[in-house]
Amino acid sequence: MSPIKTFDFHSVRLLIYKQVILRFLCRERDRCWRLVPVQEQLGGRQKMRRRGTVVSLLLGVLLYSPAIWAQAASPDRIAKLEQQVAAAQGSADNAWMLVSSALVLLMTGPGLALFYGGLVRKKNVLATMMQSFAMMAIVTVLWGIIGYTLCFGSGSGFMGGLEHVFLKGVGAAPDPDYAGTIPQQTFMVYQLMFAIITPALITGAFAERMKFSAMAVFMVLWSVIVYAPMAHMVWGKGGLLNAALGGRIPTLDFAGGTVVHVTSGVSALVCARYLGKRIGYPHEPMPPHSVVLSFIGACLLWVGWFGFNAGSALAASSLATSAFVATHFAAAAAALSWAAAEWIHNGKPSVLGGISGAVAGLVAITPAAGFVTPMAALLIGFIAGAFCFFMVAKVKARFGYDDSLDAFGVHGAGGTIGALLTGLFAVRAVNPLGSGLFEGNARQLFNQAVGVLIAWVLAIVGTLIILKIVDATIGLRVPEEHEIKGLDLTQHGEEGYSWEASAV
Amino acid sequence: MTKLEAVIQPSKLEPVKEALIEIGVDGMTVLEVRGHGRQKGHTEFYRGREYTVDLLPKIKLEIVLNDELVDKAVQAIVKSAQTGKIGDGKIFLTRIDEAIRIRNEERGAAAI
Repeated sequence: MSPIKTFDFHSVRLLIYKQVILRFLCRERDRCWRLVPVQEQLGGRQKMRRRGTVVSLLLGVLLYSPAIWAQAASPDRIAKLEQQVAAAQGSADNAWMLVSSALVLLMTGPGLALFYGGLVRKKNVLATMMQSFAMMAIVTVLWGIIGYTLCFGSGSGFMGGLEHVFLKGVGAAPDPDYAGTIPQQTFMVYQLMFAIITPALITGAFAERMKFSAMAVFMVLWSVIVYAPMAHMVWGKGGLLNAALGGRIPTLDFAGGTVVHVTSGVSALVCARYLGKRIGYPHEPMPPHSVVLSFIGACLLWVGWFGFNAGSALAASSLATSAFVATHFAAAAAALSWAAAEWIHNGKPSVLGGISGAVAGLVAITPAAGFVTPMAALLIGFIAGAFCFFMVAKVKARFGYDDSLDAFGVHGAGGTIGALLTGLFAVRAVNPLGSGLFEGNARQLFNQAVGVLIAWVLAIVGTLIILKIVDATIGLRVPEEHEIKGLDLTQHGEEGYSWEASAV
Repeated sequence: MTKLEAVIQPSKLEPVKEALIEIGVDGMTVLEVRGHGRQKGHTEFYRGREYTVDLLPKIKLEIVLNDELVDKAVQAIVKSAQTGKIGDGKIFLTRIDEAIRIRNEERGAAAI
């Protein structure tokens, strides 16, 4: 497609170059003057050479002048090119975001399902996995109907409006406030995966003793009463804590340290205390029936977390890379520090400790991923691993609550410390949106503390209300004989493993 | 006819089996069990909580023998399963009233 209809721009340019170059190279040779009028014999060779050069240069300058160039690259063509570049960037972003969405769902099923499933006793493995799976189903439906709009619609500083109820208006067009280069539907489905895993995390607190029906009702209410306000405040339009969209108390929470981990972890603690201890706890040893399953689950969580954190850049950008790297470094450092703490405290580093440490690091880096350097991520990981080990090994025993799978010890505590450390380590060089104490911005640490406090209060109050309602209506805990027999059989009529000789 | 029940360390199953086959014992039943005598268990850690596992994995052999073979079988087991340490296990002998082969309903010594 020629930019100029009248003559071939590029071949003429080449001609000019040939002229200029020939003039200077072929000074001594007759043959090269073929294109110039043959007047050198009359002593005008020098003059001819000079004139030819000047003419060629003039033509070259003219042809490169802005007027000609503008005609060559018309406004339509530029606009079209810009559109194509934007589309290319947009499709890169969309591809990454769809993959990230899949990765985050992988974290719930089977990541979390396996991680938690391996930690409980054999008689409860299916019930535990079912709790995560149920979230995949229940929260999806809820999200489509009302969840998305309550979190991400424009409403007040605390809750979204109903403009996207039944996903009205959520289609291929981007929502520039959230992510201007991907379809809003991509953004919606990505956020859905977060909404799925957050309540699934709480199930770790009441494992092995909660009624399935009660859990389902609890989670529906929790998603609306606790998750939606928190998500809206931190990430939604007009949210009180939204750092990107001008919230009054901008809290830096890149991928959900407060929204996901603090809320679920603190709610877990409330549930654990409200429901009470498992029968036999703490005297009866209740070791994991399969650390192998937990190991597989934890590794899936680690890999899936790249979608969780790096995907929160909402683009296939260098910020996504930065978050990816920070995520990975924090996980590694925390695995080492938990293992080291265990080695010192118990004499041996356990596999369960190693993977728990990795998860703790991933939790702690979640709010910080897109704001800190890789070295800061290492430090955050080291701190989180040791801190969460302390919470699980010492504080839990000291206060005597039965947080069966350490949802509070890892997610509640890890999320809290991660959010606060973000206020220390955030640097503008990584993300211009955030600057922390070590860069001279003390205000941010205060904001982080406020965000964390709001998450704690919302989680405690909201969860208590919901627990009371559900307990009063259908009851929360399974009867004692059911707990002893195991939830797989009593709640689901199934056995996880049919390995008896007679079944061969 | 005598029933011989031997609780041994799992790692001694192969040597004991070979020793018994050598002296002419054809049949045995092997169970995976847990138990302890005076041997203490070991401690495991879970989430910072230490607990003692005092039911240790063992192997139990059940063999029904003709009385002439009993002493030789006991000797064979003791020699192959013994390490001299606590936890080696025990052998119990009881009298059997009757033995029946299901395939052809033979009874008594022919059934063993």
